[in-house]
Amino acid sequence: MARFIFLTIDGLATGAVYATFALSLVLIWRAARIVNFAQGAISVAAADVAWSVGSRVGGWWLGLLLAPLVGALLGVLMQRFTVRRLGPERHLDAIIVAIGVAMVVQAVLGMVFGLQYRPLPAPVSQTVLTVGGVPTLSPYKLLVLGAVALLVVGLALLFSRTAVGLRLRASALAPEVSRLLGVEVERMTTLAWGLATGVGAFAAMLVLPTGPGLHPTAMDGVFITAFTAAVLGGLDSPVGAVVGGFAVGLVLNYVTGYTDEPNLAPVALLGLLLAVLLVRPNGIFAGPTIRRA
Amino acid sequence: MDDPRVRMNPAARGAVAGLALLAAGVAASYALPDRLFALGQVVAWLVAAAGLTVLVGLSGQLSLGQAGFMATGAYAAALTQNALYAAGFTVAPPAGTSGRFAAAAGPTAAGWTLPVALLAGVAAAAAVGALLGLAAVRMRGAYLAGATLVFGLIVTPVTVLVDALGGEQGLRVHVPRAPDPVGSAVGEGRFRVWVALVGAALVLAILTAVVRGRWGRDLRAARDDEAAAALVGIPVARVRLGAFVASAATAGLGGGLYVYLTGTALPGYFGLTTSLFLLVAVVIGGAGRLVGAVGGTLFVVAVPIVTTEVMSAVDASPALQARLAGNAPLALLGLCLVLVTLATPGGWSARLGRGPRRVRIGWGRADQGRSGRLDLGRPRAGRRGDRGRGGTGARPPIPDVRE
Repeated sequence: MARFIFLTIDGLATGAVYATFALSLVLIWRAARIVNFAQGAISVAAADVAWSVGSRVGGWWLGLLLAPLVGALLGVLMQRFTVRRLGPERHLDAIIVAIGVAMVVQAVLGMVFGLQYRPLPAPVSQTVLTVGGVPTLSPYKLLVLGAVALLVVGLALLFSRTAVGLRLRASALAPEVSRLLGVEVERMTTLAWGLATGVGAFAAMLVLPTGPGLHPTAMDGVFITAFTAAVLGGLDSPVGAVVGGFAVGLVLNYVTGYTDEPNLAPVALLGLLLAVLLVRPNGIFAGPTIRRA
Repeated sequence: MDDPRVRMNPAARGAVAGLALLAAGVAASYALPDRLFALGQVVAWLVAAAGLTVLVGLSGQLSLGQAGFMATGAYAAALTQNALYAAGFTVAPPAGTSGRFAAAAGPTAAGWTLPVALLAGVAAAAAVGALLGLAAVRMRGAYLAGATLVFGLIVTPVTVLVDALGGEQGLRVHVPRAPDPVGSAVGEGRFRVWVALVGAALVLAILTAVVRGRWGRDLRAARDDEAAAALVGIPVARVRLGAFVASAATAGLGGGLYVYLTGTALPGYFGLTTSLFLLVAVVIGGAGRLVGAVGGTLFVVAVPIVTTEVMSAVDASPALQARLAGNAPLALLGLCLVLVTLATPGGWSARLGRGPRRVRIGWGRADQGRSGRLDLGRPRAGRRGDRGRGGTGARPPIPDVRE
């Protein structure tokens, strides 16, 4: 039972990061109908730059502030110089371009920083606290949960309570009408793109200290997990992405925790993804009026 | 302009393509005696790339997990080959086997076991492809790309999980050695490249014939307008599933041939990089163009080799070489992927095959009418309109409502 409680709590904490990254994928999907396959590479690049500064001055905390800014900048550059030139109606080509960008970014990271894992230390202890004889969470995972909660609430407020949020939603749902009503849809798409890659970089800063550290492909695993989470929730739904992130975090923790076999995680992921796509292709939380992708 | 290719029988065209590949490959195996291994890699990969280019270009489905199907075929072929060897289907080894492909001393597997093993690999890959394909026909673009990406990434974990697959160390495979008079005359390595070439020529011939026939036409129709295709009676889901299974089966054969060429099955051969390099080969060759897939595969295999050669030629420092090795080819191929996709939906061979064309790449914003799009020039009269243009190809520019 203690094991179940630990796996559940730890799974939720890990799932929080997947939820954040899934959210970043959903933001772009809603704005541009594209899954950004370069998101993992870009978030590592942002974390790399942020930590290059943070390891000299300001530490991890400054890195956590810088990473979203760098990530947003990279995302805006990518959108302006590659994806936007494709124009609409070329979704397949957009995926191919994103993969090309990911290859270039990872190659450049490999050239600049090398291909060995470089540790990204956590700012607080990663030792699991024991409450009443039951192992629960480390102070660092508590910090991650808090940061994710703040971010999700912030994004929710941005989208539901501000004028920019309204324009973002309008451009995503009805670009033609929004354009007629004076919304600069192109600018909003770029903004959504930057927002999304910023959120992805934030997630990278949070998750990388719990693993072996910085590496050009360090976020690939998180990317496919978050993609599964986003599909689980329906790529269109931010709430679905968050719930999907927690659900996938739990499932993976149970599978790898009870079998003690980390290699089962990707297999479980594929099973989950195929099951969702076969049973509910639009995701568990998809509304009835979803747009056809 | 009269194009003789239009009137050529698809089967004859396929035969010509296969024989041309065979001849070019045999010539290359003598012209590049030091590069037999790379040549073998080109041959094995182009089998997989040929299937992928049909899937991407003609069916409009994107797979990022072809290496997963290659691994399926490779391991199934390896296990079958070893099982047949263990069952005693062996012959005495040819005398004087030496060099890179020399296996351990002892009897060698009988020659007929190789096609059996390769077919087992193809069958296994096709079966797995059909399973995934059942989900794939219901998915579009990003969903399918993501699902196949995850599939490609389970190769290494599965080989570690299943004891029979040998984990990270892989399997040593008892492949047949070249029979004596031929083997000693041409050399084991060259002989293996030839055998792989026969497989590749067969695949190229069959695919060339088939995509020009009814099936290819159905695929293109389903790609361009699903509803219209269904209305004229094309079973859209079934043709799409067929394309997916065909791409999986060819990848499986590519994997099996790779096992035959190297005598081993390793998870490292079939990583994400392999899947992505295959995609690059398809895209720069022009998605949907089989000849392009051959050229693209050559390019993709050549880039890392040329990079290494250049670095040793300019006497780069060991530190610099370590940084650039692997990364420089990756950057170059990624850049190719981006630029070729941005510049033209068809890739270079689409342009070569269609003669000169007015190509103008604007630098403006994509939503401003014509300027951000590729101008494909005037449509040519009397040509078949859509011979394998890539993906969701460019449409005629639509006037901007604001203007």
